[in-house]
Amino acid sequence: MGDLLVEMTDISKSFPGVHALDSCRFELRPGEVHALVGENGAGKSTLMKILAGIYRRDAGTILVKGREVEIASPRAAQDLGISIIHQELNLMGHLTVAQNIFIGREPRGAAPFILDEKRLNAKARELFETLHLKLDPRARVSSLAVAQQQMVEIAKALSFSSDVLIMDEPTAALTDTEIDELFRIIRHLRERGAGIVHISHRLEELKQISERVTVMRDGRYVDTVQTAEASIQSIISKMVGRTIFEATPELPEHPDPEVVLEVRNLKRGRVIRDVSFQLHRGEILGISGLVGAGRTEVARAVFGADPHDAGEILIHGKPVAIRTPANAVAHGIGYLSEDRRRYGLALIMNVEANVVLASLRKFAGRLGQIKFGRTKAAAEEQVKGLAIKTPSLAQRVRNLSGGTQQKVVVAKWLTADTEILIFDEPTRGIDVGAKSEIYRLLNDLAQQGRSIIMISSELPEILRMSHRILVMCEGRITGELSAAEATQEKIMTFATQREALAAA
Amino acid sequence: MQTTKTTSRSRMQSLVKGESLQRFLALGALVLLLVFFSVISAPFRTTENYTSILVATAVNGVLAMGATFVIITAGIDLSVGTTMTFCSVILGLVVTNAGLPLWLGVPAALAAGALVGAVNGILIAKAKIPPFIATLGMLNVTRGLAQILSDVKPIYFEGTPQFYDLFMGKSFFGIPNVVFIMFGAGIIASLVLTRTVLGRYAFALGSNEEATRLSGVNVDAWKIAVYSVAGLFAGLGGILIAARMTSAQPSVGMGYELDAIAAAVIGGTSLSGGVGSIVGTIIGAFIISTLTIGLSIVGVPDQWKLVITGVVIIGAVFLDILRRRRSA
Repeated sequence: MGDLLVEMTDISKSFPGVHALDSCRFELRPGEVHALVGENGAGKSTLMKILAGIYRRDAGTILVKGREVEIASPRAAQDLGISIIHQELNLMGHLTVAQNIFIGREPRGAAPFILDEKRLNAKARELFETLHLKLDPRARVSSLAVAQQQMVEIAKALSFSSDVLIMDEPTAALTDTEIDELFRIIRHLRERGAGIVHISHRLEELKQISERVTVMRDGRYVDTVQTAEASIQSIISKMVGRTIFEATPELPEHPDPEVVLEVRNLKRGRVIRDVSFQLHRGEILGISGLVGAGRTEVARAVFGADPHDAGEILIHGKPVAIRTPANAVAHGIGYLSEDRRRYGLALIMNVEANVVLASLRKFAGRLGQIKFGRTKAAAEEQVKGLAIKTPSLAQRVRNLSGGTQQKVVVAKWLTADTEILIFDEPTRGIDVGAKSEIYRLLNDLAQQGRSIIMISSELPEILRMSHRILVMCEGRITGELSAAEATQEKIMTFATQREALAAA
Repeated sequence: MQTTKTTSRSRMQSLVKGESLQRFLALGALVLLLVFFSVISAPFRTTENYTSILVATAVNGVLAMGATFVIITAGIDLSVGTTMTFCSVILGLVVTNAGLPLWLGVPAALAAGALVGAVNGILIAKAKIPPFIATLGMLNVTRGLAQILSDVKPIYFEGTPQFYDLFMGKSFFGIPNVVFIMFGAGIIASLVLTRTVLGRYAFALGSNEEATRLSGVNVDAWKIAVYSVAGLFAGLGGILIAARMTSAQPSVGMGYELDAIAAAVIGGTSLSGGVGSIVGTIIGAFIISTLTIGLSIVGVPDQWKLVITGVVIIGAVFLDILRRRRSA
């Protein structure tokens, strides 16, 4: 087998407020394709970004070809023979294909600061021939389709003749033919002795191409297995792990059969691909899936925050046109976004101002003046009803805890008389104690007859709170589970499955 | 995988849309303006007038070239006007006050400009101050310094007659040398922008700064370089304007940066970065001079000139936004 190409030991990394990696390890052999899997937030991208010089590790050691190294910048990683294909495209749209690929390494002309464009394009053509790629080096990157842009990204990473190639979800935008081509290139690299790290949630794909699979969970290393010997189910089990449920989970009561919201054939580019579902009165409908599955996009489309290409939205059976959030609110829909600090609250304004923010018209007189007596009364009602822990209505929302801030956002939507509430990651950034309060709140709202869509990446949360669970993968609904039949494994299976659910 | 046929079609498309269209429109607009004013006004049609348009464009053109580099990186430089004045004062100090020869004074002025530019660049790249604020601050700093160093009095160059002769002398075709200097600077600027590493990285930064950083390029260093270039051109502008007025006037200069930015934008440089050309900028600078001089010859009062120029600038930026939206 020979020496290891890469050996990462005891790697830890924290960002403000988040402990991303805790004593992780990873190793890569020459001539190996090593898959790296895990749920959202497991830490896979973070670990590889440390290897690629994009982040600096807080603790731990990295050995490349047996030598201990400090990878201080992307340049340093390149010099060590490590290159990365990013998950999000990192291209300069105004530049050409060749200019993007060789940025920082452009062939020079008569003087060291003068560029030799002819040689640049020739080098690019040579590269494409080796890789069997049909790209025009002089095409402007912004004029290419996303799949072609991804191929440019791949070609760029491969042009470094690196010993270590990290691929972070490289096949997301590619067709099957292009994927076959990519795998052919990977096999070729492997024969040359390069080591490849393949981050993906497409487990069937990884089965085809990898020798070993490393599983991470919650920022920690779980296990490394031989791909040939491990079943997809066993890998999923490791990804998901065993979580301790509360002794008596609060099961919400059975909802009304009345369909309050119906979405039919919603489409938006490649991000939402033909999504249809129903929401009943008093129901908590959970939507699960991995990052990038399209859940937030669906929510935003239903809420009018983003436009949609096609599809119908019906409220109480009547089709409605929702083109802006104002339309959505007028029809009684409220949306609590993932990032409540950025999208849900006016941080420097106080509790009272935030509570009435979505319904200010109701509190305004004929000349547009705000009736402060009425806003104060409304805010007091909400603070009491939701048990919002604030010293006063005049307290700036910025200074409240995460859980309390979330309640203020809920208060805002309740004041706006919304009957359909979309919660996107309702307990993100909220401590354990406040979480159960939010869960109780959700149950109360459902029992009052409001209808709730809850998007969450936390499987225990989804399992505990939902009457029904929809699972999305790559813009499609791939599974529907009732509370009784749902398990973490089933959800993960649907979340990693590329074919859509057969129409029910 | 798409074939090359499709990508050549998309290259054609981006040629017709995109910044070539803007440049084409700008040239067309300039020609239209020249023809229009020449037709309706006899005094406009004189060689004297055409020459004064050329001279009027020289200073603004040079400033606008430097600004073009900065705007392409999606930045902005509000200090080019007052830096120009500062550099002309430096020239005055070196040549008139210290009595040193011109061939020391000119590089000193250029270096002063580059230095101011470098300070801008460091504030923006290292201290992470937004370009608008950093260069706005430096606008005031250089304005103040110019007044301090000159004691708020103009510095005259009568003791250096070769200064005027060199720059305003008519060596070819009866056109003052400043005009050729501007075109010469334009050729150099254009070559740097399109053929050198500095130019390439300016476009890359404006197109996607994060991607450029992740590609291993030293983004901070190149930003400082770009702002230094803008400062350098401001220095050249300072020399040219000092020659035109045979003096360094410390109170002049504020407002020039707006004309410089306007010239760049009218010529097709996008304020959101990644797009721009020196040729377009020069055309834009000519449009502004032609408009200003033409309107004044025709007898349009100064206030209306301002209104019309403002409308033209808004129109050009609006076209820029439309073009971007269509190609997005």
